[in-house]
Amino acid sequence: MFKRLIVVMVLLALLVTACAKPTPTAAPMTEVPATEAVVTEAPTEAPTAEPAKTFRVAVVMPSAVTDMAFSQSMYNALLAVQAEMGGEAAMEIKYSEGMFKVPDAAAAVRDYASQGFDVVIAHGSQYGSSVQEIAPDFPDVTFAWGTDVNTFGMPNVYAYTAAAEEGGYINGVLAAMLTKSKIIGVTGPVEVGDAKTYIDGFTQGVAAIDPTITVSKTWTGSFSDVALMTEAAKTHIAAGADILTGSSQSVVGSIGAAKDTGKVLWFGTQQDQASLAPELVVASQVYDWIGMVKEIIAQHLAGTLGGKTYILQLKNDGLKIAFNPLYALPADVLAAGQKAIEDIKTGKITVTP
Amino acid sequence: MNDVFQLSVIAGILTSAIRLATPYLYAAIGETFSQRSGVLNLGVDGIMLLSAYASFYVVLNTSSIWLGLLAAIVVGLLMGLLMSFVSVTLKAEQGISGIGLYMFGLGLSSLLFKITIGTVKTVTGFQPVKIPLLGNIPVIGEIFFNHSLLVYGAFLLVPVAWWILEKTTWGLRIKSVGQNPAAADSLGVNVDRVRYVSVCIGAMLAGIAGASLSISLLNLFQDNLTAGQGFIAVALVYFGGWKPVGILWGALLFSTVNAFQLWMQVLGVNIPSDVAIMLPYLLTIAALAVTINRVRQPAALNKPFERGES
Repeated sequence: MFKRLIVVMVLLALLVTACAKPTPTAAPMTEVPATEAVVTEAPTEAPTAEPAKTFRVAVVMPSAVTDMAFSQSMYNALLAVQAEMGGEAAMEIKYSEGMFKVPDAAAAVRDYASQGFDVVIAHGSQYGSSVQEIAPDFPDVTFAWGTDVNTFGMPNVYAYTAAAEEGGYINGVLAAMLTKSKIIGVTGPVEVGDAKTYIDGFTQGVAAIDPTITVSKTWTGSFSDVALMTEAAKTHIAAGADILTGSSQSVVGSIGAAKDTGKVLWFGTQQDQASLAPELVVASQVYDWIGMVKEIIAQHLAGTLGGKTYILQLKNDGLKIAFNPLYALPADVLAAGQKAIEDIKTGKITVTP
Repeated sequence: MNDVFQLSVIAGILTSAIRLATPYLYAAIGETFSQRSGVLNLGVDGIMLLSAYASFYVVLNTSSIWLGLLAAIVVGLLMGLLMSFVSVTLKAEQGISGIGLYMFGLGLSSLLFKITIGTVKTVTGFQPVKIPLLGNIPVIGEIFFNHSLLVYGAFLLVPVAWWILEKTTWGLRIKSVGQNPAAADSLGVNVDRVRYVSVCIGAMLAGIAGASLSISLLNLFQDNLTAGQGFIAVALVYFGGWKPVGILWGALLFSTVNAFQLWMQVLGVNIPSDVAIMLPYLLTIAALAVTINRVRQPAALNKPFERGES
């Protein structure tokens, strides 16, 4: 009986690992860095090596790199920087995705650091305490984490965040000018971080155009519960909303619900979401981490490993508004949107997060 | 004006609740078959995920919703065979092997999604079908008779499952195997075979539950699409006292409160969102505490059967 149990456990363990191996990211486990170590340990002996050395960046993220939202925005930025630096020979990228369990993410961060990666990015506001605990053990490694502003006063930790309220405001201005039912639905995940600031900014943008418009908000309590997010969107639509927006990787469900109606418009954030519903996505706020990643790398090479907070804003090109070219936005609405962008850049409008 | 508004809200809540209950019904009624035969299958969520992926992939590539549904059932069957092999033939600890099956389904579905699809896409899945005449009744028609076929199927499954379990010899065999496998065995019932079939039926229904998400209610696939719904389905089996009708009430209670809290948020009722989100879980736990009847639990649940033992 007991023997059988062991056989079965081994069998199952084999099965699980067998399918986890090809992409380290399939299961939220930490075997990834371990297998990497075997391959790449040799060249990392001397962290401050010769100029031809490959710059090594590792990133740990809560959802998939293809989530059309938060994780993808960072992954795309890393790929762009890699291309600019001269491909894989110049910059190596390793990632662990689907790390929604913080202990798993912490283990991955520690593994990457101990493998001698130059920069380790913990891409999730839930990873802060892990970074705080691990960073002092690896004084030669740059850690970056977000979205948050706290570097814990450590010389090798960067914090980064996005002023999501700014793009939220722009989306709000556009939405207020397009709504006919005067009801706008917001499908939020959890009332924290950039999800909250985006939605706060959006509400301010709507109110700036027409304070009589109802902006109703729902929270599902999860960043990943697509089913509940979809139902929340359907509820907004049933209550009369003709425009929806929202934040997190689960909004693909909201976009699907909008698409089912064929007429409810969508405003995106974090990533350009136009491809999900080309006729219905008006504009998306896009997080562009490229400038920040480049600066972190440059600083690292120059000997500065951290101690600063980066904030993506419209005025530093960290935030961009991607108007969907397939959606025929009326000229006056576009003009109002662009004016609001300029006003935020110049400080004429301040959006409170 | 106010009355109309109220009626429309109630209609909205009920329509939502019926949609939300669908995957729970398939998965929980499937799990009932499995548990009634004495096998606790905690891998429901993993089966749902893999089947959701399979059906989505097939619909994406063939545009045939029926082939997609078939794919979900076949994948469910394969997962059911795996679970029965491990828990019935090899007699492994059921809870542990179920968790293993869950992680296998979660990992494999994410991996396959990444390799074969890669990014979020949407498909045209099962569309709402208005039932003639009934669908034209004001309010009632909108609430009950304007859903996709998989939604109707989930509710029809309740009487069908009840009939199988209570009125057929086959149902009697399932229950006897789950209650007292040694006695059933001595009467010539093939315990292992009954368990295999029951687990596989459960797994195929879990497969349909997955498909009801990916090709009917959401029409998309994403990593960990179910977000733990399979585990709630297992809880609903206990809630429903291992009876299809009990599960129906449990699923409807949970979904209705969930739909209710969404509507309260949409209407701007001033309660903290965290409290609203907790509401369905709190109520379900409360109801469970009041109604649970452990006596109904199949006596041989979670116990592998070995001939000649005890």
